[in-house]
Amino acid sequence: MGASIEVLFACVLGPSVIGAAVLGLIGDRRHAAEINIAASLLTLLGAALLTARVIGAGPASFFGEQFFVDPLNVFLIALTAFVGFTTALFSRPYLRTEVERGKLDGGRMRLYHSMFQAFMAAMLTALATNNLGILWVSMEAATLATVLLVSLYRTPESIEAAWKYFILCGVGIAQALFGVILLYFAAERVLGAEGSGALLWTHLDAIKDQLEPTVLSIAFVFLLVGYGTKVGFAPLHNWLPDAHAEGPTPVSAVLSGLLLNVALYAVLRCKTLVDGALETDFAGNLMMGFGLFTVLVGAFSLARQKDIKRLFGYSSIEHMGLIGFAFGMGGPAASFAGLLHMTVHSLVKSGIFFAVGHAVQKVGSAQIDDIRGLLRASPLLGWSLMLGALAILGMPPFGVFASEFLILTTAMREHAWAVPILLVALGVAFAAGLAKVQGMAQGDAVPVLPGVKPASLPVFVHLGLALLLGLWIPPELAAWYHAAAQLLG
Amino acid sequence: MNAWLSTLPGLPFAGQLINLCAAIMLLIAFAMLSQRRISSLIRLFALQGAVLCLSTAVVAQSTGQDHLWWSALITLLLKVLLLPWVLRRLVQRLSVKWDVETLINIPTTMLVGIGLVIVAFNVAQPISELAGTITRSTIGIALACVLLAFLMMITRSKAVPQVVGFMSMENGLFFAATSATYGMPMVIELGVALDVLVGMVVFGVFFFHIREKFDSLDIRHVEEKARHD
Repeated sequence: MGASIEVLFACVLGPSVIGAAVLGLIGDRRHAAEINIAASLLTLLGAALLTARVIGAGPASFFGEQFFVDPLNVFLIALTAFVGFTTALFSRPYLRTEVERGKLDGGRMRLYHSMFQAFMAAMLTALATNNLGILWVSMEAATLATVLLVSLYRTPESIEAAWKYFILCGVGIAQALFGVILLYFAAERVLGAEGSGALLWTHLDAIKDQLEPTVLSIAFVFLLVGYGTKVGFAPLHNWLPDAHAEGPTPVSAVLSGLLLNVALYAVLRCKTLVDGALETDFAGNLMMGFGLFTVLVGAFSLARQKDIKRLFGYSSIEHMGLIGFAFGMGGPAASFAGLLHMTVHSLVKSGIFFAVGHAVQKVGSAQIDDIRGLLRASPLLGWSLMLGALAILGMPPFGVFASEFLILTTAMREHAWAVPILLVALGVAFAAGLAKVQGMAQGDAVPVLPGVKPASLPVFVHLGLALLLGLWIPPELAAWYHAAAQLLG
Repeated sequence: MNAWLSTLPGLPFAGQLINLCAAIMLLIAFAMLSQRRISSLIRLFALQGAVLCLSTAVVAQSTGQDHLWWSALITLLLKVLLLPWVLRRLVQRLSVKWDVETLINIPTTMLVGIGLVIVAFNVAQPISELAGTITRSTIGIALACVLLAFLMMITRSKAVPQVVGFMSMENGLFFAATSATYGMPMVIELGVALDVLVGMVVFGVFFFHIREKFDSLDIRHVEEKARHD
């Protein structure tokens, strides 16, 4: 297969690490945005090669087993690299407009570009690492990078949002560290303290049935609460709408589209171990409970939102709850549905944020009441927002419908009691979401500000892919989902 | 509590020393909870770091786990010297008022704290029974320190005490790591230490922003102002 796996992985991680350093050094030169795009493109190419390699040659571990790739994480690496690239494409015209309007200056642009790449690097490390400790460290690093991004505008609101995000996620992730310590403690009793093998996921996975069940169940509670804070599980979701609303829109797109997924991935890796040790549905039930509650909180909060970005922030909470519920049910069908939903939610939600970003710039306000008649003012933007909203609300033929349908039918078979709750939540979310978006898209056009040149390509590429996944899942991708679902058990 | 009591008779000297450190850690956690002055809070934080460093060193000496010496050294440099120094300078430069307002009055907070300690001991009991380390009885205390620091973060309205609470939580976690497992692998400890350091820098930057925008480091002002705007 040509290049070794180490080289391929360096191609994935390298561009973002080097990009972060270079963009930090050169500051706000003329080509900073282009360098950002180039680094993201290289990451995407590296991820594509790595994915091809894993499909061809199977899972592999490297760098002294500290890193590994298997169907589950390589799928998320590819998705992360893809959304990272399209977000970089979108952020170039978006931020140029912000600079022209005097909302950002050169120093902030340097911070933005450098932290964007640092964030990508942290997330790719979190996804590819085999070591649960390094997973924790890179999750924390991703938090720190995004805190700086959320507070980029330095308005009182954005500082409040970033502080809340920092403190809540800091506390959450400290709980997760305690969980990791307990996991290490349980593993050390089986594997011995020699070397650092006791935190390597592949080693733990091999001996998971010998791990002490009591310790693992306590550890899982801490891990779920800790990483769950970052996933946005209610009642720990408070930071999420604020961070989405106050940060620059490209950051909202990567928060919703990528960071939540990576945090959920961390929970899933731990859940696999706990399931193996416990031989009961403890972890699954806990996730289902959190998931259901989160879906309800997210759905019922939608109707009360006045800010368009908060609206879609709550929508992300709702969808993460749904995905958590799917993985909580477990089994091949539910895990398949969960993975599919993760993919389409990432694609559609980041696409929506691209459209929302330009719409807010055109109108000059993020208040839902101020945005009117987008279809007349800018048909391309109006349609992308409308289609995106229909897709995320679960209208066929988009992929979200397919995965929600799969989740509901699986729930019908295995946990019929939950179906009415889910249907009510999805119905409420649909009604509230559609009403708000229709109000923004239709009606008489409000006066628009000049100088906004929307980048429609990323939006339509994302929506197109979500549409494709709703109509037809390529057999390779389906096989891949099946393999990943198998890993999750 | 039984596991705790049964280890007491005939405990080697090192074990007794570690138990003493654990008790002091818990005492400091309570002292921080009741402390109204920011300068004393920072001093207590440094003291907690010093006790953590000492107990790590005792474990390193008595078990021959060499990497724990490094861990103790990191704790000494970071938690006893660097972070308190940075915090003190920040407080001076920002000329924060000395009194710390609490959202709930202090006696109530202490009572809640005692409740948390009982919870922590109950949660930690099954783990302590399994542990083979000489420090096993201290897992409950470590968890209690984490929860108390957490409580402090909730009940304080100023930014600096919230950060001290955050750092103190990290102290409790490091203590848990040494008492349950003789420390995490070195890579992880370095990573965590790095994150704490970067986090502190970010916190520092934030203090200035908050100060600049709100003329106060009171988080309640931040929230109110943001709501009114």
